[in-house]
Amino acid sequence: MSDNRTIDAVLERHGRDGTHLVQILREIQEQLNWLSPATLTRIADGVGWPRAQVSGTAAFYSFFHTRQRGKYCVLWSDNITDRMLGNTDLMDAMCKKLWLEPGRVSEDGLVSVNTTSCTGMCDQGPALLVNYRAVTGMTLQRVDEMAELIRRETPVAEWPADWFAVQDNVRRAEILLAGNFAPGSALRAAHQRAEVDGLSASNNRSFRESLPQGIAGPMAMLDEIQRSRLRGRGGAGFSTRFKWEACRNAPLRADQERIVVCNADEGEPGTFKDRVLLTSYADLVFEGMTVAAYAVGATRGFLYLRGEYRYLLEPLQAVLERRRAAGLLGKRILDIPGARFDIEIHLGAGAYVCGEESALIESLEGKPGRPRVRPPFPVTNGYLDQPTIVNNVETFASAALVALHGGDWFAAIGTKQSTGTKILSVSGDVARPGLYEYAYGVTVRQVLADCGATDTLAVQISGPSGMCLADDEFDRKIAFEDVPTAGAFMVFNTSRDMFEVARNFSHFFAHESCGFCTPCRVGTTLVRNIMDKIANRHGSPYDINELFKLHRLMQGASHCGLGNTACNPVFDTLNKFRPAYEHRLLSLDYEPAFDLDAALSEARQMTGRDDAGAHFAAHSPDEAKA
Amino acid sequence: MKTSDNEVSAQANAREARVKADRPAEAKTSDNEVSAQANAREARVKADRPAEAKETPTFLLDGEEISFTPGQTIIQAATAHGVYIPHLCWHPEFKAHGSCKMCTVKVNGRFGSSCTMAAQAGMTVENRTTELDDKRRTLLQMYFVEGNHFCPSCEKSGNCSLQATAYELKMVSPHFDMFYPDRAVDASHPDILLDFNRCIMCSLCVTASREVDGKNVFSMGGRGLLGRRIHISSESGKLADTDFAATDRAASICPVGVILPKRKGFAIPIGERKYDKLPINRQVTEVTP
Ligand SMILES: Cc1cc2nc3c(=O)[nH]c(=O)nc-3n(C[C@H](O)[C@H](O)[C@H](O)COP(=O)(O)O)c2cc1C
Ligand code: SF4
Ligand code: SF4
Ligand code: FES
Ligand code: FES
Repeated sequence: MSDNRTIDAVLERHGRDGTHLVQILREIQEQLNWLSPATLTRIADGVGWPRAQVSGTAAFYSFFHTRQRGKYCVLWSDNITDRMLGNTDLMDAMCKKLWLEPGRVSEDGLVSVNTTSCTGMCDQGPALLVNYRAVTGMTLQRVDEMAELIRRETPVAEWPADWFAVQDNVRRAEILLAGNFAPGSALRAAHQRAEVDGLSASNNRSFRESLPQGIAGPMAMLDEIQRSRLRGRGGAGFSTRFKWEACRNAPLRADQERIVVCNADEGEPGTFKDRVLLTSYADLVFEGMTVAAYAVGATRGFLYLRGEYRYLLEPLQAVLERRRAAGLLGKRILDIPGARFDIEIHLGAGAYVCGEESALIESLEGKPGRPRVRPPFPVTNGYLDQPTIVNNVETFASAALVALHGGDWFAAIGTKQSTGTKILSVSGDVARPGLYEYAYGVTVRQVLADCGATDTLAVQISGPSGMCLADDEFDRKIAFEDVPTAGAFMVFNTSRDMFEVARNFSHFFAHESCGFCTPCRVGTTLVRNIMDKIANRHGSPYDINELFKLHRLMQGASHCGLGNTACNPVFDTLNKFRPAYEHRLLSLDYEPAFDLDAALSEARQMTGRDDAGAHFAAHSPDEAKA
Repeated sequence: MKTSDNEVSAQANAREARVKADRPAEAKTSDNEVSAQANAREARVKADRPAEAKETPTFLLDGEEISFTPGQTIIQAATAHGVYIPHLCWHPEFKAHGSCKMCTVKVNGRFGSSCTMAAQAGMTVENRTTELDDKRRTLLQMYFVEGNHFCPSCEKSGNCSLQATAYELKMVSPHFDMFYPDRAVDASHPDILLDFNRCIMCSLCVTASREVDGKNVFSMGGRGLLGRRIHISSESGKLADTDFAATDRAASICPVGVILPKRKGFAIPIGERKYDKLPINRQVTEVTP
């Protein structure tokens, strides 16, 4: 098929609808390998959007290539946990084997090797993506074999299947990971409850909009959610009932509908529980979304799946198909006339900020994932300006269980302010990495014991934007009232250097800042540069003060949570692991970041020289002699 | 370390900020409630009394009472009173963009962007405090190091909002190491020169071209410090290949020296330009440019 026919076929499939732009770009790139200027023009003309908007959107997402890319594109996951498993050496070895510099396409256009933000395989790293397919458990031997397959131009589809195997690693199950959920049971329970007491409950609320035709009892469902005291699992712990009710009560204009969005962007480094929920518990998640739709009166749903989990697209679509066939999705759910709800899957394309709910909605609308100015909030003005709830994958899974067993059952688990269970994604220096589900209120120490962590120095909870706990805080509890978490639990033993941990995270934020607001766009890079300066032993106490100053600016002035929390890891480690910084500082008051010798590196590269005469020898008398 | 206590509570604030930022419904209701109350009060007042005696809602801005019309943002109300709140991406003719964060104020003790926050009766707003001006100066320094600004050779010098704001906030050096980014100059258009070395990403050209000119010549695309930039609506990426005209509103909107007319160098001599005559804080009600 010619390029134009490929492009037109994708455009047709999406009804030439610009709001599908991110999906259109991805599908076309999957077939044409990259998005050339001519391709972007044809897409812009096809959807009738300004060309600058189409090229600007393509440029926003890390996974879109607006320059020719190699036939093979290898991206090493670069979370600190991958680092701890030796990804740097493996990537170097791969580059050597392929005669490559990281980040550059080989001269024959065959391959490029680079890093990418955490791919959500921290319990089975070092991980990478090859042509956006996830590979786990990299070893030196696999590097050799992979390089050979690339050199022989063997299609990725013919590579050994076990390289692409992704394990669930469920180590501890309570209610969610127990895996005994019967599809449809929660919806049936919700519906039956309505006939018992739900109709009267809803009739008492005459100020509320009338119930969607044919579905009785959404109010009863909301009442159960209220009784369950369920709070969002995406990090902020916002009351699910408040969010759902605000959406339900938001007025609809003509031609509008309510929207349910499941946030499966899971971009926070060290988090991988949503991947497992969607791999082996997808019915629970989709049923939770359907329960939510029932409660708020929504007719359209989206699963926003991060691009790193592209391999889950077809299996998830099969689950949706099966649920449609079973009458659990579609136009007549549970055979109730008018009970209408369906779910579409949208894939992200490598942008952590798209996990922020308003940025996620922008992305669903085919735009760059830029957080919106709020208010208005998504519950009133969300997807295409319609009332929208955005919830985390685990929140929906929990909601399904609330529908099935009732709010009181759920509220009896956990603590008073944090009901139910929390799934932790445990990785790092532990004997048994994987998923651990606990009732809220478990201590950090208990988790460490269960996963076989010894000599633990620190735990990074809830990812880089969360908090770093030192050993005197291990008796603290996982709960909204003490240590809230979106799920990441990265463990570092006493052999680890917490400065390097924070430096890795500072690179993450600089790479992921969307660039909309000045404090975050420039601040994240300034912080990264200072951390690199300290790592290169050019730092001084002055730089530490600069870090504090930037932290204070960014956390107050940034537009969204990314900038507000970007300095947390630096700040926490500065307070709790100060010596890790101090032993790197020069004792001077001020030291320029400029390094005369480093400045010559480009000249050395061009002349192919690396002998002593090509270096400034001021620091080392030995080198001068040589 | 003596800062550590402050830092700890600052951190708690940051967490709270994230939690709050993520709390739609709660914040929403309270905002609505307050403004709904204000509206209701106003309506009542209007109904009960003759028009002359109507009571307008007010808030305190650095101790000064500022009246406002419900629906106005803090910066709109302040501007209407001739009070200067530093800003770069806001322009009175357009909906706020909210990206530069120069207009950050403290509302009842919490930071917020005055160009996007609605004024509410009874709120206390801090504006030109040392704390806030220090933050603004740091933001200005960020602009100066992320782009390439050489004011003495810039046609915009004296008419430039960034330069004038830097004078106003007594910024004497860029402070941080310069990034010296590699940014493009586009001289393809017969009448207009684009020098992106000076772009501050305010998006005003994007908005003006879309909303006033109906053309969509520009779009803000890409991500992060190195990626984010103005994209131009042509396959070549050149301005000459668009329908941009020197008479477009977007041709005169840029607050800095990116979008410049060709063949008009230094028509008004340095020393007689807009901010040479009066500092920016005394030209509050002048529409820029
Ligand atoms: C930078 C940033 C990234 C985020 N990433 C995610 C994410 O990957 N998954 C998620 O569920 N929530 C994420 N959130 C939180 C969402 O904005 C939102 O609060 C959440 O999806 C709400 O769901 P919940 O109420 O069920 O927790 C992120 C927030 C920010 C500021
Ligand atoms: S745009 Fe303004 S700040 Fe930048 S160089 Fe020109 S005059 Fe100076
Ligand atoms: S070109 Fe000028 S108006 Fe456009 S975004 Fe840059 S600074 Fe703003
Ligand atoms: S909101 Fe993305 S950079 Fe600040
Ligand atoms: S003027 Fe308010 S953010 Fe720029």
